[in-house]
Amino acid sequence: MPGANSLALRLLAMALGMFGFGFLVLPPLYSVFCEITGLGGKTNQTAAVVAEAPDQGRSVKLEFVTAVNAYAPWEFHAGSDGMEITPGALYDTTFVAKNLANRSKIAQAVPSVAPQQAAKYFKKLECFCFTTQEFAAGEVKQMPVRFIVDSDLPAHIDTITLSYTFFDTERVSDASADLSHETAHERHSIH
Amino acid sequence: MVSAVTDAHGHGKDRGQDHGHDHHGPAKGWRRWLYATNHKDIGTMYLVFSGLMFFIGGTMALVIRSELFTPGLQFVAPNVFNQMTTMHALIMVFGAVMPAFVGLANWMIPMMIGAPDMALPRMNNWSFWILPAAFSILMSTLFMPGGAPAGGWTMYPPLVLQTGDAFPFLIFSVHLMGLSSIMGAINVIVTIINMRTPEMSLLKMPMFVWTWLITAYLLIAVMPVLAGAVTMLLTDQFFGTSFFLAAGGGDPVMFQHIFWFFGHPEVYIMILPAFGVVSEIIPTFARKPLFGHDSMVYAASSIAFLSFIVWAHHMFTVGMPLTGQLFFMFATMLIAVPTGVKVFNWTATMWKGAMTFETPMLFSLAFLFLFTIGGFSGLMLAVVSSDIQYHDSYFVVAHFHYVLVPGSIFGIMAAVYYWLPKWTGHMYNEKLGQVHFWLSTIFVNVTFFPMHFLGLAGMPRRIPDYSTQFTDFNSIASIGAIGFGISQLLFVYIVVQCVRKRGSRASDTVWENPKGLEWTVPSPAPYHTFTQPPHVGAGAAFS
Ligand code: HEM
Ligand SMILES: [Cu+2]
Repeated sequence: MPGANSLALRLLAMALGMFGFGFLVLPPLYSVFCEITGLGGKTNQTAAVVAEAPDQGRSVKLEFVTAVNAYAPWEFHAGSDGMEITPGALYDTTFVAKNLANRSKIAQAVPSVAPQQAAKYFKKLECFCFTTQEFAAGEVKQMPVRFIVDSDLPAHIDTITLSYTFFDTERVSDASADLSHETAHERHSIH
Repeated sequence: MVSAVTDAHGHGKDRGQDHGHDHHGPAKGWRRWLYATNHKDIGTMYLVFSGLMFFIGGTMALVIRSELFTPGLQFVAPNVFNQMTTMHALIMVFGAVMPAFVGLANWMIPMMIGAPDMALPRMNNWSFWILPAAFSILMSTLFMPGGAPAGGWTMYPPLVLQTGDAFPFLIFSVHLMGLSSIMGAINVIVTIINMRTPEMSLLKMPMFVWTWLITAYLLIAVMPVLAGAVTMLLTDQFFGTSFFLAAGGGDPVMFQHIFWFFGHPEVYIMILPAFGVVSEIIPTFARKPLFGHDSMVYAASSIAFLSFIVWAHHMFTVGMPLTGQLFFMFATMLIAVPTGVKVFNWTATMWKGAMTFETPMLFSLAFLFLFTIGGFSGLMLAVVSSDIQYHDSYFVVAHFHYVLVPGSIFGIMAAVYYWLPKWTGHMYNEKLGQVHFWLSTIFVNVTFFPMHFLGLAGMPRRIPDYSTQFTDFNSIASIGAIGFGISQLLFVYIVVQCVRKRGSRASDTVWENPKGLEWTVPSPAPYHTFTQPPHVGAGAAFS
C-alpha cells in the first residue's frame, strides 16, 4: 500500500492528466473526429481535387441559406434561389455580400451542409470560405463557389441545403464599435 | 496500514506549537477556525458555509418564482432575471450541495472507518478556505457593470462571451471551486485507502464511505475537464484562440460536449453521497442490515462508470447522427438498471423490518419515493424522440429539481438529523423535525410537480415572462416555493436549538442499536476520536 503522500501525488497527477485531456487532447480529437465522419455538417475547408463523373439521370435539389452572425455589419445573400444539380457534375454559383460599415472589414464565411450525411459528399473546389474576405467600406463583392456533389451520394438524399454564415473576424468587443447607437444600446441591456 | 495510521499521526508533530492544543482540545477564538485542521471543525465549517449558500441561492430562487407568479414583467428586468437563474444554479450546485457532502465526509468518514482525522489536514484547511474566496468573487459580480453572469450555469458560448466585466471573475471562481473540490477529493481517497482501521477491509466499509470513495474519483476525473473548458472560454475571449468561435474555425458545439462530459458525472457527484446516507439510515430505522451491501457497491460503481458515456443526452437537439442518438439513449437508459438495483435494495431492507419513522427516516423515505419520480422523468428525457420536445422546457426543470431537492438536499437533511445528536450530544426536537419534514415534502411537490405539466404544455425554461395559459401552474409553483423557503427557517431553528444543547441528552448510540463505528464513540463526539485504531467488533458489523 502506498504512503499517504505518494497516493496523494498520484491522485494529483491524475487530476492534472484530466486537465490536459480536456484542454489539450479533446479539441484536436474533436476536429479530427468531425473531419473523418463529416459530423456537424462540416465540409472541406481547403480545395478538394475531384474528377467529374456525372451520374446522368439523377437530379438533386440544392438550396442555399445565408446568415450573418450577430453584430457583423454585412448584407449577405445567395446569387440564386437554388439549383437542380446532377451528382458528379461540376457547378459554379455566386454569393453576394456588402459591407455596411463605414470602414474596411474582414469577414470569414463558415459553411455547413444539411443533412449531415451529405456533408462529406459535397466537395468544394473553390470557395470564398477557404480564406478571409476583405471588404473596403461599403464594398459589394461577388464571391464564387465551384463544387461537385460526389455521385456516391446516398440514394435517399434528394435535397441538400448549403448554408453560409458570415462572421466578423474582429472580436465581439471591437466589432460593437460599428453598430449604430441603438443596437449598441440594446446589446448593453442584454448584459 | 498500521504504519500509515502512525504516519498521519506524525502530522501532529509537524505543527509544533499547535501540537499541544491538538491533543487536548480546540484553539480559542477565530484561530480555531482559520487555522483549523481538525476534521470535525472543518466539517462544521463546510456545513455552515453550505447552509449559508443554500439560503442565498434560495433567495435568488424566490426572486425567480416571484417574477413568474403571474405573466408579464413585475419585479425584475429580464437581464436581472437571467442573472438570477444563472447564479442560483451555480451557487446551489457548487456552493450548497457539493460543500454539504464534503462537510459530511469530513465529519463522518474518519469516524466511520476508525481514523483519527483526515489524511491531509493542512490541505483540508485549504480546500475549505478557498470556497468563501471563490463565492465572494462570484457574488461580487452582481455589483459589476453589466451585472452577474446571465448566460446560464452551463456557460454555453458564444452567449457566455457576452458577459460583461463579470466574465473573467466567473471563470476564476469556477477554477477555485474546482481546485477546492479536487483537493477535497484527494483527501477523501487518501483517508479511505490509507487510514482505515486495520480490521476494516474495503468491502466491509459502510455504504456512505463507499459512495464517497466513488464520488471522489469522479471529482478527480471531471472537475479538471470543467477547468479546461472554462479556460478555453477565457482564452477565446482574451487571448485570440478560437476553440469555440466558428469564425476562427472552432465549434461552439464542442463546448457542450466538453461541458457535459463533466456535467453528467457531476450530477452523480451530487447524488451518490446521498445514496450513501440513505443506505446508512434505512437499516437503522428498519432494524435490519442493508440488503445486498455488495451489490450496492457494484451498482454505485457501475453508475459511476456509465455516467461517462451518456453526456450527449443533454444535447440531442444539436444535431447528431441517428447512431449517436441511439447510443446515448440506450446508454442513458442502462443507468436505470443499477439505479433500480439500489431502489430495490432499499425497499428490500425495509421489508418485514420493525420500522419507526423518526425524522431522518422520514426524509430517507421521501428521498426514495421522490428521487424515483425524478429518475422516471429522466428516463422520459432519455428517449430521443420525446426529448426533442421536452428539451429546454420546464419538464427538464421539473426533472432535475426532483433529483436534486428531494434527492440530494433531502439526503443532506436526513444526514444532518441522523448525525446531529452525535455531533452535539443532544437530541433535536423530534416533533419540530417532523413538522419540518412534512412542510418540506408537501411544498417541494407543490413547487416542482406542476412544472412537469408546464413543460409538457410547452413552457420554455429560463424565461421571465410567459403566455397566459401557463398562469395557474406557475402560481401554484410560486406558492410552493415560498412555502418551501419559509419551512427551511424552521430547519435552521431546529439545528441551532440542538447545537445550543436545548434537547434531551443523546446516548452514545443515539438510535436503537445502529451499526457503525461512529456510534461507539461518546456523544458529543470528542474533539479527537480513534487515536488508536478500533476493533471492528460485533457492535459495528456490516453484513
Ligand atoms: C435515471 C437517472 C437519470 C436519467 C435517465 C436522466 C436523464 C436526463 C436527461 C436526458 C436530461 C437532459 C434533458 C434535456 O435537457 O433535454 C437530464 C437533465 C438533467 N439532469 Fe438528469 N437524469 C437522471 C438522473 C439525474 C440525477 C441523479 C441528477 C442530479 C442529482 C440529474 C440532474 C440533471 C440536471 C441538473 C439536468 C439539467 C441540466 C441543465 O440542462 O441545466 N439527473 N437528465
Ligand atoms: Cu445527464
